[in-house]
Amino acid sequence: MNPQTLQIICFYAFSLVTVAAALSVITLKNTVHAVLALVLTFFSAACLWMLLDAEFLALALVVVYVGAVMVLFLFVVMMLDIDLEKMHEGFVKFLPVGVIVAIVMLVEMLGLIGVWAMHARDLGADPAAVAGMSNTAWLGQALYTKFLLPFEVAALVLTVGLVAAVALTLRERRGARYESASRQVRVDPRDRVRIVKMDAVRPTPAAADEGTAGESKP
Amino acid sequence: MGLSTSVLLTIALAPLLGSLVAGFVSPFLGRAGRAVAHTVTIACMIVSVALSFHVLYQLTVGGADNYNQNLYTWFQIGQVNASVGFMVDRLTAMMLVVVGFVSLVVHLYTIGYMRDDPGYTRFFSYISLFTFSMFMLVMSNNFMQLFFGWEAVGLVSYLLIGFWYKRPTAIFANLKAFLVNRVGDFGFLLGIAAVLTFLHTLDYASAFSAAPGLAGQTLQITANTQWDAATVICILLFVGAMGKSAQVPLHVWLPDSMEGPTPISALIHAATMVTAGIFMVARMSPLFEMSSTALSFVLVIGATTALFTGLIGIVQNDIKRVVAYSTLSQLGYMTVALGVSMYSGAVFHLMTHAFFKALLFLGAGSVIIAMHHEQDMRYMGGLRKYMPITWITMWIGSLALVAVPFTSGFYSKDAIIEAVGLSHRWGANYAYFCVMAGALVTGLYTFRQMYLTFHGKERFTVVASHGHGHDDHDHHEPGVLAHAPKESPWVVTVPLVLLAIPSLLIGYVTVAPMLFGNWFGSAIHVDEANNVLAELGQEFHGAAVMALHGFTQLPFLLVVAAFVICTYIYVFNPALAGRIKQALKPLWTVLDRKYWADEVEYALFASGGQKMGRLFWKFSDAGVIDGVAVNGSVRLVHRGAALLRRLQTGYLYHYAFAMIIGVIVLFGGYRLFGN
Amino acid sequence: MISLAHYIVLGAVLFCIAVAGLFINRKNVIVLLMSIELMLLAVNMNFVAFSRFLGDVSGQVFVFFILTVAAAEAAVGLAILVLLFRTRSTINIADIDSMKG
Repeated sequence: MNPQTLQIICFYAFSLVTVAAALSVITLKNTVHAVLALVLTFFSAACLWMLLDAEFLALALVVVYVGAVMVLFLFVVMMLDIDLEKMHEGFVKFLPVGVIVAIVMLVEMLGLIGVWAMHARDLGADPAAVAGMSNTAWLGQALYTKFLLPFEVAALVLTVGLVAAVALTLRERRGARYESASRQVRVDPRDRVRIVKMDAVRPTPAAADEGTAGESKP
Repeated sequence: MGLSTSVLLTIALAPLLGSLVAGFVSPFLGRAGRAVAHTVTIACMIVSVALSFHVLYQLTVGGADNYNQNLYTWFQIGQVNASVGFMVDRLTAMMLVVVGFVSLVVHLYTIGYMRDDPGYTRFFSYISLFTFSMFMLVMSNNFMQLFFGWEAVGLVSYLLIGFWYKRPTAIFANLKAFLVNRVGDFGFLLGIAAVLTFLHTLDYASAFSAAPGLAGQTLQITANTQWDAATVICILLFVGAMGKSAQVPLHVWLPDSMEGPTPISALIHAATMVTAGIFMVARMSPLFEMSSTALSFVLVIGATTALFTGLIGIVQNDIKRVVAYSTLSQLGYMTVALGVSMYSGAVFHLMTHAFFKALLFLGAGSVIIAMHHEQDMRYMGGLRKYMPITWITMWIGSLALVAVPFTSGFYSKDAIIEAVGLSHRWGANYAYFCVMAGALVTGLYTFRQMYLTFHGKERFTVVASHGHGHDDHDHHEPGVLAHAPKESPWVVTVPLVLLAIPSLLIGYVTVAPMLFGNWFGSAIHVDEANNVLAELGQEFHGAAVMALHGFTQLPFLLVVAAFVICTYIYVFNPALAGRIKQALKPLWTVLDRKYWADEVEYALFASGGQKMGRLFWKFSDAGVIDGVAVNGSVRLVHRGAALLRRLQTGYLYHYAFAMIIGVIVLFGGYRLFGN
Repeated sequence: MISLAHYIVLGAVLFCIAVAGLFINRKNVIVLLMSIELMLLAVNMNFVAFSRFLGDVSGQVFVFFILTVAAAEAAVGLAILVLLFRTRSTINIADIDSMKG
């Protein structure tokens, strides 16, 4: 079979899956199912990217999105006790509006893009292959030279996102017991022990004699 | 040889110094402050007056040239220069001497009159400030400074009429004076603006030299109406003089100004400030000579004032008000003199009047002191034997006022009457009748006042036990005194004597040069065609001859008639006065109500102004500014916000919807209108 | 053979599906978040396609950054969601209208 024909068959197959999965994301009643549909969307999108020789990004999409973000979604969805019936209210009512808006927008976009003029444009050869390296090396070279500063900033954004997410969800529990190291270190003996000075009291000898006498009497 | 600038500056600034010391230093000195106030102000006044006499001497005998210099540039806008400068010629010098002398005498008199008043130092501060303002007015060499002085004397007049600021009537009177003067000053300001428009300068000398160029210039009012520029300027300026010199119909403030203490009635509202209008017109003679129409206007206004305000004086019972209406009448005479181009005659009458009217006022004040601040003549009478000095000096002043030959008033007033008779100006016949009848009227109210006050039965009783404090003179029972009236102290009588001397003699001494001798020189300009004074001068053969001739003239005969009538009514047949009053009830009512001038002006102007104020308040301020601009904008924002907040539903999908719609519209726009 | 238009059209279709998802699911915040993820995917699709077409590495670098930011956004968004559910016991958007004017 002609590889190009195979390619185009693959494209249409993955596209179909992608669009179908995307449609199920927005239409499925059960949110868990919707998340799973989104996973499928991302996965098939990753396949489409593979067709474009963007292997690194395709894998990153699978690893980062499917592996991390979508799991996070699933986790949250399952953690929250959501009344699914209620969530789905008004779906039919708003369906026509959504469809009309989406179609109008699609028509406008396609008109703006000029699909038929663009149809003739061949995608051309893989630029990474032209440069004589793998896609990952090609991307990495740009990332660590030209885009170093944005790359570092992206790292920072991720860190801030992490901290923010933790800070937002962290809940201080009331009544929990814990040790305060700083307070332990700052302890002053004078707060704990009080030394009281008292005058010495001498017991009266007579009473003592009587006492001893009385005791020794029997 | 010229006049020294420093001398002129000292004349003007010494009273200011005195005023500042009395006003700002004395109050901090406790009891000693009163002595400091009068000592310093009087010392400053003596310096001023002495230097004024020096200036007069220099100009008349010493042969000094007229002084005209700018000393300081106040501001300059384009070609218009507003400076502080002095123009001193004989007219100015005469005014300086008159103002300074009367002011000095009043300062002295005040020591006695205001002795127990808590506002003693304030009073001295005010009258010295007034003298400074008046000096600035008369010495000015440009319209700006003239206006400064004009407003400054108005201000001090306002302050002094309301000197006893706890009396509602005084507050009313000073507000009235202030507002009526605003009307006049508005005209005056427009006049100055007109001078600036047509003559392009505010300087006297350049304005007067450019004055002939006014001939033929017109002011376009409407498409078909054109007013003569000179007439417009002169009438507007004269409107200012009408306010300041209390001419009909702006005379209503002057009688009410008698609410102020008597010394300032003498100084400001008789001798000096009210004559500022006369002085101003005399000073502007080169301008007024350009317009015969304006002078006719002046003539008619003056004649009306001279006769009709005098008539009111006949029915007044308040001793000060009689003198006040007499002042109005005499101001009318001066204005009549101006109207027939007899400027030197007007100024001459101004001078003689300053002396004898100040004398009459101070005499009235002396009577008021003796009567424990009783001003109603119906409760006086027979005071002659209690206060002889006041009696004699008052008679001297009265004789001068009614123009008995040889007194100063005769020379000035008789000359005016004669000149009006000779004038051919439009309105001169009416004016001649008015001033002639005015002579009779003057006699009537003057003799009536003298008889009621000093002669006849005593209409007051002395009750020794009657509690009398100085403060309760507003409430005490009329005609009941705590102790018998007695002659006033020397600080009061000495000024009376000082004023009585010029009241008698100054006319006889100065009539020849001042009236007929072209004494004022270049200060006063009279067109040859209008020069009635020159015509009159041809018949002048010395002061004594003029006086002897005066005995045979109609004015004197009218005075004699008035004397006879008054003597009969008030000395021989006192009951007759009441019967005449009953017989002429309608006429008496008209005069007592002062021709309803107050009522008419309240109805026309005051209530109109009030209605306009109410309109502005209700409609413009409360309606437009508050309602539309302030609250309206608030309401607009409120309503707008109420509408806009409906858009803020708080639902996320609404915002998302709006955003998406926006994107769609944007895309659609690109699709339709983009390339 | 595959042209640029194929991928661009696919991106547009995905984007419009996401928009429709925004409209249809007015209650469920999680689906809204997922719709946003879909939109980002559509954009990424375009980036990758153009990167390949133009032979420019920048497009793929951008996809990388978008993935980064989207991950952070998803994490923070879900954290907010959890917090919201904890305080109001609901994730129904119709109930969340504190900003109503």
